[in-house]
Amino acid sequence: MSDLSTTPPEGYDSEGYPIPTATQPDSEAMRAEMLKIYPQKTRRKREKQLLTNNPETPPEIGANTRTIPGIITQRGCTYAGCRGVVIGPIHDILHITHGPVGCSYYSWLTRRNLARPKPDQPINFLQYCMTTDMQEEDIVFGGEKKLAAAIREAYAMFKPKAIAVYSTCPVGLIGDDVHAVCRQAKAELGINIFGFSCEGYKGVSQSAGHHIANNGVFKHMVGLNDEPDKEKFRINVLGEYNIGGDAWEIDTVLKKCGIHVTATLSGDISYEQITKCHTADLNVVLCHRSINYMAEMMETKFGVPWIKANFTGAEQTSKSLRKIGKYFDDKQLIDRIEEVIAQEMAALKPVQEEMRKRLQGKTAAMFVGGSRAHHYQHLFKDVGMLTVAAGYEFAHRDDYEGRKVLPTIKIDADSRNIEEIEVEADPKRFVPRKTPEQLEALKAGGFNFKDYDGMMVEMKKSTLVIDDISHHEMEKLIELYKPDIICSGIKDKFVIEKLGVPCKQLHSYDYGGPYTAYTGAANFYKELDRMINTKVWKLITPSWKKPADPTIAMGKGIDSPTNKTIREVVAGMAKAWKPQKSAPASSAEG
Amino acid sequence: MLNGTTAELVERKALRINPAKTCQPIGAMYAALGIHGCMPHSHGSQGCCSYHRSHLTRHFKEPVMATTSSFTEGSSVFGGMANLTQAFKNIFTIYNPEIVAVHTTCLSEVIGDDIPTIIKKSIEDGSIPAGKIAIHANTPSFVGSHVTGFSNMVMAMVNYLSEKTGTTLNQVNVIPGFVEPADMREIKRIAAAMSANIVMFPDTSNVLDGPLTGQYKMYPEGGATVAQIKSAGDSIATVALGHFASHVAAATLESKCNVPAAFLELPIGVGATDRFISTLANYAGVEVGPAIELERGRLVDLMSDLHQYFHGKRVAVAGDPDQVIAITQFLVELEMKPVYCITGSPGNQFEKRMHEILDGPVPEAKIKQTADLFELHQWMKNEPVDLLIGNTYGKHIARTENVPFVRFGFPILDRTGHRFFPTVGYMGAVNLINQMINVLLDKKDRECDEEWFELVQ
Repeated sequence: MSDLSTTPPEGYDSEGYPIPTATQPDSEAMRAEMLKIYPQKTRRKREKQLLTNNPETPPEIGANTRTIPGIITQRGCTYAGCRGVVIGPIHDILHITHGPVGCSYYSWLTRRNLARPKPDQPINFLQYCMTTDMQEEDIVFGGEKKLAAAIREAYAMFKPKAIAVYSTCPVGLIGDDVHAVCRQAKAELGINIFGFSCEGYKGVSQSAGHHIANNGVFKHMVGLNDEPDKEKFRINVLGEYNIGGDAWEIDTVLKKCGIHVTATLSGDISYEQITKCHTADLNVVLCHRSINYMAEMMETKFGVPWIKANFTGAEQTSKSLRKIGKYFDDKQLIDRIEEVIAQEMAALKPVQEEMRKRLQGKTAAMFVGGSRAHHYQHLFKDVGMLTVAAGYEFAHRDDYEGRKVLPTIKIDADSRNIEEIEVEADPKRFVPRKTPEQLEALKAGGFNFKDYDGMMVEMKKSTLVIDDISHHEMEKLIELYKPDIICSGIKDKFVIEKLGVPCKQLHSYDYGGPYTAYTGAANFYKELDRMINTKVWKLITPSWKKPADPTIAMGKGIDSPTNKTIREVVAGMAKAWKPQKSAPASSAEG
Repeated sequence: MLNGTTAELVERKALRINPAKTCQPIGAMYAALGIHGCMPHSHGSQGCCSYHRSHLTRHFKEPVMATTSSFTEGSSVFGGMANLTQAFKNIFTIYNPEIVAVHTTCLSEVIGDDIPTIIKKSIEDGSIPAGKIAIHANTPSFVGSHVTGFSNMVMAMVNYLSEKTGTTLNQVNVIPGFVEPADMREIKRIAAAMSANIVMFPDTSNVLDGPLTGQYKMYPEGGATVAQIKSAGDSIATVALGHFASHVAAATLESKCNVPAAFLELPIGVGATDRFISTLANYAGVEVGPAIELERGRLVDLMSDLHQYFHGKRVAVAGDPDQVIAITQFLVELEMKPVYCITGSPGNQFEKRMHEILDGPVPEAKIKQTADLFELHQWMKNEPVDLLIGNTYGKHIARTENVPFVRFGFPILDRTGHRFFPTVGYMGAVNLINQMINVLLDKKDRECDEEWFELVQ
């Protein structure tokens, strides 16, 4: 792998991949085995999404296409991607879901996007679930009036600085004009109120919802406040949602280096931070899938360039910090970054070495999200574990094959109905962050903007890449590959664990974390050790079903060693009462 | 925490805040998991199925399998027939269930997909193979609540599967309601202890409380079999527990197969359990017997031992209507004061029954259907309570108001006991007492002045 030194350490091959202890099966044969159960039409579709990898020339993957009805999928819907993922974490604006009660209910505090309200913030709206709770009459006669009334009631009670409204499936079908209601409410109440047409049936997964959310945040929030933060080296961290405190961990390291975060979109973020995030000097994109739209639009309109980075894995964190240093091209900053890396690595190295001893040669598989299935491979590599299969739940081809394939991605009917907003350079506020000469110098030094090469180039040859994995494929994968750990989500977790394989949830982190930057890496290594080396799985089979188990003989036979030993220990204490000769009557009455 | 909630009560006509209910399909999915060899199928967008599976998994910490019609914008315009037909073909080929239980969503309800016709066509074209079964329930999310969805799916089981052959079987049907696998297991234990022969449906014990064996079974041992549900039409009688979750199915069975129904409440606490046991004994033609009487005696003994700690304590209860109706009666038996009782689900029977229970012993009680946790919290801010009983979503209120909190009902996302310990039957009541006394005394021990910190209670 490119970022490892030329002489691989023990346990790694010449390309830098960890060498698994167990022999790995032939991936082409395994692929065929996984696909064979499907009816023909289904198989033809899944064949394009289940591939054996070639890092040199990544094969074309059928990503971001419809899930076939009847397949047990991990995927969710557009509403979940919009309200649940991208906008949900904004904790100082009020969120209203327009629809029947369920969608708001399931997206209420379930995603672990942690928040620390600011000291002067009156309300943390994440603790509130608000909905129009549409009833049959609203479906029949339309829900616009109810939505308008709900917005008024919410404003009267909570006086928020902004209100966001989310549409659910029936809203789109009955034709409620959510945006018109929001515009009227905005005029009436004098606060920022905006809607999202994120009906669940749009698109093929959560991904459509991310795009719709990006558009809405850009149109209605970004650019409302032109007052930049006073600190130097201002960046936005895009595509980081502060699951388990990840954003805080990244903030801490950046701050040590002297890099200022204007806004993290959208982990633990306030409305004000979003309104001025266009004043930053650089956008650093972590989850490419969910937020590249925002990065592109901010560059076009305001001139903020973007780079891809990753703070998952120790080496990746150092690499990302150095890249930011290189962008700012400031000697003092670059020196400080090196100092921080040296300090952090000095603390992390012993943990990493210790955990590597316990984890070297183990294997992992990961099926999650639009970036984590890639980023987390680096954490595994840090401790000598090979990722034998990986895939995203809702990513697109560019997240697998790299952005170079963007011009060749066909726009299908499901993508076409997601709005692409036209963005132009702002005549007053577009400020190029670098001069053409500076850009040239950066380029000459090997610095690339918009540089996402995807997951496949960093995965070993002949590992499996599985997009939108189905339940059947997951079960087969465990049977055929027996990975030592699988990273997935809540719906798969207990299936995988029933089969005796530990499963780490990479959506909720199993309520652990943080796992980013250096301290987070140490947390994750230790978590892997806990999960992979636990003895709990050994308790599955009772001793009487394991003839070789020494405990099976325990207590058996009057002269067995254990019985004999105990008999000797209690020998002096055991006194059998001798039957009394018939006692005198008087003492019995006594 | 919850800093936006004030004591000032404002009438709301449009905005629901912190709901005490969710939507129909999740209840239908849960009910369908109580049929052996069944794949629940969600006819709508993928997100519905994903949300319901996720939430059920968070509650049960067990695999929850279900498939979806994966609607796109196209299917929303042209209807979901092609999606459902293709789904049937895939499900039976890949996952091989005995039966698929389809429930609708708000999306397919608004479009108006005709599920029986799609099932009929799928049987004709072989998408549903010979010998396999598909049933369906209409579960629009904009009507009722998750409890309605459960009820509708149980009714669908009766409508599709139960048959009267003319030969009465020596068995009593029990429709247990929207309760835990632990509760269903307890009902079966009670019946076995009385030698009463029962058929229970749905039955999620041994489905959603499975052991760790190193094997994964998509269709675990548990669940009412199709043959059992079919035979329910030949049973002596039906004992239906809970008005909102079970009575409609029992009435359907009564009119379809002429099986007489006893419309009872959930057997929580002494009186409701007494009624369940004597009804079951009566229909099954068995004696209650000393084992059950012993359990009952131990419960009443515990109630008298701990009476001083419960008497007069003010309680707020939030939950599903059948659960609130049942536990409120138990709280009254303990001579506590259930002063605030709400359910998020609509239904006039709730308020009617709750007034019957509370108007005498707790005339000041506030009772409300179609309510939400936000309003309950406001009431508590106006006049506090000593104990809060509700699902996990009550934890923020409990922390904000520093009120002892017992998790009860669905969903419980952050604790484990509900998976193992029933709340129905006499032993279930012991479990509830145990939980209540612990939180009440823990608070006292944490907060009382040192001179009142007692070793013995």
